[in-house]
Amino acid sequence: MFFWMVLVVVVLMLVAAVAVLVLDNMIAAVAAASVVSLALSVLFVLLRAPDVAMTEAAVGAGLSGLILALGMRRLGLWRLDNPSARQGDRDA
Amino acid sequence: MRNLASLVFAAGLGFFLTVLLLQFGFGEPPMIVGQAIQDGAAETVGAANFVTSVVLAYRGIDTLGELSILFAAAAAAGLALGSRRPAPAAGEDAGFILRAGSDLLFPLLLVVGLYIILHGHLTPGGGFQGGVILAAAFFIPVLARPSRGLRHSTLSLVEGFAGAGFIVIGLMALLWDGQFLQPLLGTGTLGSLVSAGTLPMLYLAVGLKVGAELAGLLVHLMAREEGEA
Repeated sequence: MFFWMVLVVVVLMLVAAVAVLVLDNMIAAVAAASVVSLALSVLFVLLRAPDVAMTEAAVGAGLSGLILALGMRRLGLWRLDNPSARQGDRDA
Repeated sequence: MRNLASLVFAAGLGFFLTVLLLQFGFGEPPMIVGQAIQDGAAETVGAANFVTSVVLAYRGIDTLGELSILFAAAAAAGLALGSRRPAPAAGEDAGFILRAGSDLLFPLLLVVGLYIILHGHLTPGGGFQGGVILAAAFFIPVLARPSRGLRHSTLSLVEGFAGAGFIVIGLMALLWDGQFLQPLLGTGTLGSLVSAGTLPMLYLAVGLKVGAELAGLLVHLMAREEGEA
């Protein structure tokens, strides 16, 4: 049982990590990076390290994703699906 | 030529890792200090969460180093982002869902963050985790209503006092007991909220410092970006 749970989490982590590289949308890539951290925190819980898991969930999944997204926004790397919305935003 | 170099490098790395792996006896922890701490932490420190007793009592000065690294990182980020004042009342308020969600989430996150900080010596969690949650709690309203913002002076004040409080508690222990950051005030009953001496105070200082620092960093990132857009 334990083995299969760990296997599912590890496969999820690997898929999300590959998705970070493959995805075109920058914000989606940031979200996928957060998924890696979230799955890693689940793995820490399974390995009975709840303190580390909380740090990983708060810092890795939450805060670093937020900082990456804000930095991306500062660099103008948002790629919205609707370019006119971005244009209207800039005009306003 | 480059292929050859990378091949040599990969072979060297593989050899290095193999040698390292052969040295380790997997499944037999090589360190004996863990067992010693597990045997003695409950009586010596009085924290039900042994991780906390390691982080704040046995390795308290490491935590001070972590705090200073975090401070240096936040200060460097502030320096790199510049100190130009953002245009006042730049961005508009966000949509209804984010505004309503921030009103709903702010008290909830505040309670969760403070709970995790204050129960750091009893349950998993502590100053760093709770501090990040506090930073998120104070950042979400800024995300929803960018015009209102957070006062940087207040954040700096909280951060400075929390950091100074950590060091002052350590210095008091130095005067009292002759050892920096030695837990004071007795151990109390194992597992009760008021126990483990000065550890909850230290974790409160850590939590406030981390929260103020990260909230300031996030608001800084956000505000600068607004001024430029």
